[in-house]
Amino acid sequence: MKATGIVTGIISNLVTVHFEGDVAQNEICYIDLRGTKLMAEVIKVSGKNAFVQVYESTRDLRQGDKVEFEGHMLEVQLGPGLLSSSYDGLQNNLATMEGVFLKRGEYTEPLDHDKVWHFTPIAHPGDTVYAADWLGEVKEGWLPHKIMVPFSFKDKYTVKSVAPEGDYRIDDTMAVLTDTQGDEHKVTMVQRWPVKVAVGGYVEKPRPYRIMETGVRCMDTLNPIAEGGTGFIPGPFGCGKTVLQHAIAKQGDAEVIVMAACGERANEVVEIFAEFPELIDPHTGRHLMERTTIICNTSNMPVAAREASVYTAMTICEYYRAMGMKALLLADSTSRWAQALREMSNRMEELPGQDAFPVDLSSIISNFYARAGIVKLRNGQTGAVTVIGTVSPAGGNLKEPVTESTKKAARCFYSLAQNRADKKRYPAVDPIDSYSKYLEYPEVIEYLKERVGKDWVDKVQRTKNLIRRGKEISEQINILGDDGVPISYHEQFWKSELIDFVILQQDAFDPIDSLCPMDRQEYMLSLVLKVCDIEFKFDNYEQCSAKYKEIINVLRQMNYSEFKSEQFNKYLEQLNTLLSHE
Amino acid sequence: MSNKAFQRTYTRLEAITKATVTLRAQGVSNDELATVEGRLAQVVKIKGDLITLQVFSGTEGIPTNAEVLFHGEPPTLEVSEELSGRFFNAYGDPIDGGPRVEGERRQIGGPSVNPFKRKQPSQLIPTGIAGIDLNNTLVSGQKIPFFADPDQPYNAVMAMVALRADVDKIILGGMGLSNDDYLFFRHEFESAGALNKIISFVNTTDQPPVERLLIPDMALTAAEYFAVDKNEKVLVLLTDMTLYADALSIVSNRMDQIPSKDSMPGSLYSDLAKIYEKAVQLPSGGSITIIAVTTLNDGDITHAIPDNTGYITEGQLYLRADTDTGKVIIDPFRSLSRLKQLVQGKQTREDHSQVMNASVRLYSDAQNAKTKLENGFDLSDYDGRCLEYAKAYATEILSIDVNIGLTEMLDTCWRLFAKYFSKAETGIKQAMIDKYWPAD
Repeated sequence: MKATGIVTGIISNLVTVHFEGDVAQNEICYIDLRGTKLMAEVIKVSGKNAFVQVYESTRDLRQGDKVEFEGHMLEVQLGPGLLSSSYDGLQNNLATMEGVFLKRGEYTEPLDHDKVWHFTPIAHPGDTVYAADWLGEVKEGWLPHKIMVPFSFKDKYTVKSVAPEGDYRIDDTMAVLTDTQGDEHKVTMVQRWPVKVAVGGYVEKPRPYRIMETGVRCMDTLNPIAEGGTGFIPGPFGCGKTVLQHAIAKQGDAEVIVMAACGERANEVVEIFAEFPELIDPHTGRHLMERTTIICNTSNMPVAAREASVYTAMTICEYYRAMGMKALLLADSTSRWAQALREMSNRMEELPGQDAFPVDLSSIISNFYARAGIVKLRNGQTGAVTVIGTVSPAGGNLKEPVTESTKKAARCFYSLAQNRADKKRYPAVDPIDSYSKYLEYPEVIEYLKERVGKDWVDKVQRTKNLIRRGKEISEQINILGDDGVPISYHEQFWKSELIDFVILQQDAFDPIDSLCPMDRQEYMLSLVLKVCDIEFKFDNYEQCSAKYKEIINVLRQMNYSEFKSEQFNKYLEQLNTLLSHE
Repeated sequence: MSNKAFQRTYTRLEAITKATVTLRAQGVSNDELATVEGRLAQVVKIKGDLITLQVFSGTEGIPTNAEVLFHGEPPTLEVSEELSGRFFNAYGDPIDGGPRVEGERRQIGGPSVNPFKRKQPSQLIPTGIAGIDLNNTLVSGQKIPFFADPDQPYNAVMAMVALRADVDKIILGGMGLSNDDYLFFRHEFESAGALNKIISFVNTTDQPPVERLLIPDMALTAAEYFAVDKNEKVLVLLTDMTLYADALSIVSNRMDQIPSKDSMPGSLYSDLAKIYEKAVQLPSGGSITIIAVTTLNDGDITHAIPDNTGYITEGQLYLRADTDTGKVIIDPFRSLSRLKQLVQGKQTREDHSQVMNASVRLYSDAQNAKTKLENGFDLSDYDGRCLEYAKAYATEILSIDVNIGLTEMLDTCWRLFAKYFSKAETGIKQAMIDKYWPAD
């Protein structure tokens, strides 16, 4: 028996509902605004009053308007067709909405129910299966999309029948399962799952042990993120957060990318809509859009749905992880989501924490990041969800609740520095403040030795030391003047500049430099370190800077050339000539 | 405002604060307008039959037996072609002595454009000001503020940009304009002979601050009418958004909300985004471009208002007084147009971005030379040439009184390059140098 109620109070999008029957926390309800149904979620219950946050504008709503509760939490539909779709935070398909403006109370189907998919069975009658076990697969683009035992199925089942190979729609029955009581359950290609609950169905969640390559040198080389790992990018506006995120989305070594544009500029999403269908995935040669789902809740769309949007994105990632795939979630920006929480907590007149954010902000953020991870499935395969969030700290000051809470939850920290952006040193990731905890994992170190080279991690640490030393020296030169320090100091400083210009800086708009594969990163870092090994004999500091500027220029030209091409080798020869002069 | 049949009247107030009144009433809808003792008010809170109204012009002198009339709808604007050339107050009533505008009544603060249906902005908006066109090119559908100190001539620059821009309609939303500034805009628009394509919604400093909250929605409702219904290119000017945000904080304070950073309401980001995100390139060809002014407190951009604005808008423009030339210039270092690469070299000449980068880099070298000079170091020959170049560049390109076409801007830069530098010093691609370097 579903509960019903009537509206008794309204403050902005917080509505009080006097209800009859029983309601659950986070249950979804629809408020009937004289013909238009407004979706809302219960966020607090007190006596017979439920406080609901409405996912739409509450304009024209009245006391006495009727409310119907749905008996379930906010759910998404999971099935083939998710990829290459564009949804709002509540998984309404934006492409199929009518008109230019978003209409209040218009909800569209996330999946195409008429599209035909070619199904191949995996399970056999008589098999014992559990939730998330694979029953069959369809080809979604080039990806094998597994049709699974729904996540909501508890305990074990016996496969009674599986549909034979052939063409089906998503609502067709693909398998019939019998539970331990002997009751039969039909399974279609589509299932529903509440977004705020983590998807289970895996055997174990080991520590991440592989690196997710992005082709971005300052990440992969210096502070790599693990497959199934977590990272975040805080930075003031104008520091290139979005460019970096888009680079990761284009190049990241993942089979599925979900981009959650959460409370950001609409034109940035338009850029994705315009560009991605044209771009080719460097790993597979297929269109990028075929592996991408966009969850788009821009800053002018209803605030409450912002919070939902990151969970919707996470649930879709977990769904593909259960198929044994590598999924990457990019959430831009988690600060907007936190602000949505703040607005609501404020209207509920809760006692505020720091900067008026809710006191449980930290635990909400860490619960979210905790859903990432690499998992072992029951059939022995692995899948992963890697999460990279951006944070927009107020005033660029990292001592604020969202940055601090995220720092506790995420293992990689890519700090975008204003002073690097001002000097146009992009990506503006600060090499000293940023870190990757994964570089301390023994299993990751082992993996890197295997994947890149035996002495790779030592090289990386050495590089970091050179950068740190260079920074200290540049501060001393600033105080004491160019003449006030020995020439060897200048040489040390220029070694760190060399690393900065050749390794850290990368042109995201250059077709060659933007994507730097791991073997190329290894080659370039080794080359740069070889240069750093040379002790030049300079008479004065001007000679030193002139020499290093020449070296930097040649190495940068190499970055712009096709790896090991004729042109590349020509610059390498030039470099060798430059070095042999000594 | 005349009485209508459906209006309900009440005469008993339960509570009065500085900005709100509370009364018991039935069948009232959220956001609905009402008149309290002749003053406009809007429903902001409903709790059972207790209705809280925000009175725009303040509650001074309102008695407990005040007459309250509910209008049955949220604030509206009547839209038609007749809006052109007219001046209105925050409620959309004419203030130029002309008749009421008849047209279709539209609720202000309407829904957002479906992001999937937007088009990528791609039309250049030329202004003649080289500091903008060359270095920070504006694109239709963009939203960009001037970050300016209160003593800078931002309103004059904005009026100039508006009048030179090739658009079908200009809509001015003036919030907390001084009466002098209001008259300035009026005079500029009238003397430019462009009055027929301009619509103004103005709240001056002598009017209650809370009224300002209606201005952007009024201006943008008119803008959407012309952009969506008439497929026109509309430019919306909003000045000063800092005063708008201040009005937001007054209201949230009176509503007992917990303030966040800089005593601004926690919803400041969403409130500002709702306005700025109305900037759009529509698939039908119409567009809304927003140029705003955010005044800064002593150049502090970490304050919540400019900070939140910077995260929303597509770049920002800074004005700066250049002491070497005595001109007001568009600061080439801190200004940024995030959409410029969508038109540079595509709708403009191929050398645009190369010339832009080289000219700014050389200007930055001049700044370094200046620092050296101030610290008492010797200048090299290159430093000296940089300083000479900087003066010419500031006068002929960056100054806001420049009014030339883009091709001329590019040619001017090439001329300056050739006068002060060698080809190699500019660092421009050889192919461009071969084509554009002046012959003698």
